[in-house]
Amino acid sequence: MTGYTATVTVRLKRGVLDPEAETTQRALERLGFDLADLRSADQFEIDLDADSADAAADRAAEMAERLLANPTIHDYTVDVTEQT
Amino acid sequence: MTVAVIQFGGSNCDRDAVRALAEVGVDAEFVWHEDGLPADAAGIVLPGGFSYGDYLRAGAMAARSPIMDEVRAAAADGTPVLGVCNGAQIGSEAGLTPGAFTTNRSARFQCEHVHLRVERADTPWTAAYETGEVIELPIAHGEGRFEARDDRLDELEANDRILFRYCDADGAVTDAANPNGSKRNVAGVLGDRETVAVLMPHPERASLPDVGPTDGQGVLRGFR
Repeated sequence: MTGYTATVTVRLKRGVLDPEAETTQRALERLGFDLADLRSADQFEIDLDADSADAAADRAAEMAERLLANPTIHDYTVDVTEQT
Repeated sequence: MTVAVIQFGGSNCDRDAVRALAEVGVDAEFVWHEDGLPADAAGIVLPGGFSYGDYLRAGAMAARSPIMDEVRAAAADGTPVLGVCNGAQIGSEAGLTPGAFTTNRSARFQCEHVHLRVERADTPWTAAYETGEVIELPIAHGEGRFEARDDRLDELEANDRILFRYCDADGAVTDAANPNGSKRNVAGVLGDRETVAVLMPHPERASLPDVGPTDGQGVLRGFR
C-alpha cells in the first residue's frame, strides 16, 4: 500500500447559475479589478492508502459520486499524487 | 397510525410540524434519526431546519444518514413522505425526488410570503385544492432554487411531477413572482409515486388559525 493524496474538485455544471461567484465577481470589480468572468469550485484533499494511483482515484471518484458532488448540478475531477 | 416526524441534528421545524398536523387531525410523533423508523409509521415528515449546519450542501449529510434507507424503502412501498424546506433538500439529496435545491438567485437567505399555483389537485397533498388555485405560504431559505437540466424538466412536466409553482397573486407564473430563481418557477415536486412530495415553502407555518392564514393545512391533510 502506498500513501496518496486525491484532490477532488467539484464545480457547478456549465450553465448552472452561481450566485455566490457573481457576488464575488462584483465585489472584486468594486475593488477596481477588471475581470471577464469568475467561477468558484469546492476542493477536497483526501489522504488515503491504496495499491495504486488508479485504485486511489477510483475510491476518490466513488466518494465524489456518493457524497461530495450532486450529479444534478455538479461535475467533478479527481487528481492523485503520491505522498512524499 | 402515527406519522413520524424525523429529527436530525439541526432540525428546527419538527415541533411546528407535529403541532400543525394535530390541527388537521393527524397524530404525529418525533423520531430521532438514530432510533430508526418505527415499523408502523403511517407517514413520514422530513422537517425544515439546518440539519448538520448545511455542511457541504443543504441536506447532504442528513440524506446519507442510515434512517434514509428506511425512508426510501417505506416511500417505495407507498408510505406518504413529505419533505419541507430543509426536508425538501434532504429528500432531493436522498434521491426521493428529482432535481436539486441550491443557492437562491439573490445569494441571500429569504424569509417572506409567496404565492403558489397548485399544478395538480389529484395528489394526496393537493386534494384540498383546485388545480390552478393560488395559495399563500411562507418561505425561509437560502438554498431553495430548484435546478434540473432542461430535458429533465421537460420530462417532469410531461409526467406531471410538478406540484407547485411560484406565481403572483393572480396565479400568473412570472419571473417577478419567482423568489429564488427556481427553474420554471418550481416550488415543489413529486417523487416516483404521488405519495412522495417535497416543497420549499412551509405549509406547517400556515396552518394554525391563531397565528394567521391556514392555506398550508391542505398539504398536511395528505396524511389523513
